[in-house]
Amino acid sequence: MKLRRSMLFLPGANAAMLSTAFVFKPDSIMFDLEDAVSLREKDAARMLVFHALRLPVYREMETVVRINPLSTPFGLKDLEAVVRAGVDVVRLPKTDTADDVHVLEAHVERIERECGREIGSTKLMAAIESASGVVNAVAIACSSPRLIGIALAGFDYVMDMQTERGDGTELFYARCAVLHAARYAKIDAFDVVFSDVNDDEGFLKEVDLIKRMGFDGKSLINPRQIDLLHNAYAPTQEEVDYASRVVAAAEAGERQGLGVVSLNGKMIDAPVIGHARVVLRRASASGVRQ
Amino acid sequence: MTNTIEDRLAGVALPAGLEPFAGVAAHAPHLASREEKHGRKIAKSLEDAIRASGLKNGMTVSFHHAFREGDKTINFVFDTLATMGFRDLTLAPSSLLSCNAPLIGHVKSGVIRRIFTSGMRGKLAEAISNGLMEEPINIHSHGGRVNLMDRGEIAIDVAFLGVATADPFGNANAVTGKSRCGSLGYAMVDAARARCVILLAEEIVAYPNAPASIRQDQVDLVVAVEQIGDPAKISVGAARITSNPRELLIARWAADVMEHAGFFEDGFSMQTGTGGSATATARFLEQKMRRKGIKAGFALGGITGSIVDLQRKGLVGRILDTQSFDAVAAESLASNPDHWEISTNYYANPTSKACSVDRVDMVILSALEIDLDFNVNVITGSDGVMRGASGGHSDTAAGAALPIVVGPLIRSRIPTVVEKCTTVVTPGETIGVLVTDHGIAVNPNRPEVADRLKAAGLPVTTIEDLHARATSLVGTPQPIEFLDKVVGLVRYRDGSVIDVVRQVKG
Repeated sequence: MKLRRSMLFLPGANAAMLSTAFVFKPDSIMFDLEDAVSLREKDAARMLVFHALRLPVYREMETVVRINPLSTPFGLKDLEAVVRAGVDVVRLPKTDTADDVHVLEAHVERIERECGREIGSTKLMAAIESASGVVNAVAIACSSPRLIGIALAGFDYVMDMQTERGDGTELFYARCAVLHAARYAKIDAFDVVFSDVNDDEGFLKEVDLIKRMGFDGKSLINPRQIDLLHNAYAPTQEEVDYASRVVAAAEAGERQGLGVVSLNGKMIDAPVIGHARVVLRRASASGVRQ
Repeated sequence: MTNTIEDRLAGVALPAGLEPFAGVAAHAPHLASREEKHGRKIAKSLEDAIRASGLKNGMTVSFHHAFREGDKTINFVFDTLATMGFRDLTLAPSSLLSCNAPLIGHVKSGVIRRIFTSGMRGKLAEAISNGLMEEPINIHSHGGRVNLMDRGEIAIDVAFLGVATADPFGNANAVTGKSRCGSLGYAMVDAARARCVILLAEEIVAYPNAPASIRQDQVDLVVAVEQIGDPAKISVGAARITSNPRELLIARWAADVMEHAGFFEDGFSMQTGTGGSATATARFLEQKMRRKGIKAGFALGGITGSIVDLQRKGLVGRILDTQSFDAVAAESLASNPDHWEISTNYYANPTSKACSVDRVDMVILSALEIDLDFNVNVITGSDGVMRGASGGHSDTAAGAALPIVVGPLIRSRIPTVVEKCTTVVTPGETIGVLVTDHGIAVNPNRPEVADRLKAAGLPVTTIEDLHARATSLVGTPQPIEFLDKVVGLVRYRDGSVIDVVRQVKG
């Protein structure tokens, strides 16, 4: 299973950022053709992203492109370009219903067929940005086998809810709803961006909250947030030591054909072992927490 | 009188060359009056001081560059020298910067004939790279400059040294008064070696002035001037921690390298330099020092507020300061007994009786270019024009146990890692590690360091791989076109010539 803690937004029209951003090694990198690109730069951004996707340096990480909504004149052009360029994941903005995903999926399959790409190899994710999307979150999360995750997008959502970003209370229901839908569909769940890039403390507070809630990760708008996030998600040395002992005990139990094993007198069952493996994977991705 | 010298020496045949006592002022006329005794070094004007110094056409004059882009002394003195009609002078400052562009006129008019400097930038550097001077300039390191003085190649006739405060005898510093640049490490060697030392002082204070960075027994003349320099321009922007994510990435890896290369133990020593990545490296290092419960014995070289901050937190024993890069460093030098002002002879002269770079464990260095043999260019830009300085680069690289070069793999579309440097300032054999935003390369002559960094999980690759990566991203730049004329001789710290800079095809 792929780790998806950090998903770094890159404005698709910013050539300077596109030419260097891969060095920061987020778990996924997301080229944005939608809100971060002005109307007059939509075509230029699409071409830039098309070429960036074909660079060997971007083949070393998971690539995501946020296309414009298919209801705009740009959405389908974006999709044609990025599926052909070999993008790993297409992110659909403003997903209100499962049908939005079905429409997207049909286009993706057609393009895959036309360009000779393996059918089904283009993964999808849906961004939920409205009350409708939150209410339909379960249906959306279950709408396609191509979906690798759903993401909550805070800015449009709070506008739709006639409120504004604050201490997180305004997002509480949406976070819970999106997270439950994702877990029900066994796909990943991503939290909103934290927009004040100079407020490390506030960022880490929010990361602590969403990590404890159970989110896989978060959309990021500045590379400086990547290490903060990865470190916050990294287990402590004690957690790693304990997880190693759990996995060792489980493997020893398996070799001896035992169904249930114990460590220091405590029973270790499948969920405990599963969690221990997640801890070790996070540790091997970015070390222990510092 | 029965007690005259004649009586006492009557009938004595003095040995050849000795003469009878002729009064206390016979050989020191200034002792004849109290006024003259106390005030004889004070010149009314710079012109008076220059006349009293005995400066003649063709002689060598020197300056320090501790105010960097804020320097007001060099241009002011040269305007005066030009007005007084001097010609064919050798200019031998510790370095030159963009602010020295007015010197172009003095080269054209024949006031300046030769230049020794650590570096140059801006219009002056462009003009010289385009063939302004008949004789090539000499580019030396900070330690190498003192070496050239001791070898007699730079024989300073008159040193013009800007100081914030001086007393009438010449005890002077730049940590008190108005324009405080902090350490006078560059000026100290001139004061000790020049035939005549003229202080340009913003403020003449009561005797004895302390601390005496420059001492009364080194100084010939003191002249009051309005302003010697603007300390706010010493390092514009370098005092803050960078927010550039690429610089932070490089800084974090540089700190990781310092932690795992084999030298990170209690009492280690370091020089972190002053660039964006360098100051951030100090911050990352702080976390590592705290975690491991160790502190540095000393920090060396150009000092910024970030090093002072580490010392105030008890993580650095002593600071040895050749140049203070911001007001925090200058203030600390003034008030902290464990923050020492050291000369460039003490700092980096390879033929000094001892120089501190030989004791330093790890140094963070910059590079405009680094080639596949780890040779480093810090003087010429991608257009072949001079735009940097040798500084302490080759000195610390030769002295430190582990010199670490940091920099982005690509600047805009210009690769930093190249097949062959345009100009070699520091020989690759002395460089240990290169840290870029695309990965870390270790000099093959340091396999033990490579093993340690790999074991720590750092992204270690080869310099050939980094070069290939740069080429795959930005291609291979067209070669710079040079003419045959040599415009600069790059002197290694021992005085030997390590490379030349040629005139660019304009």
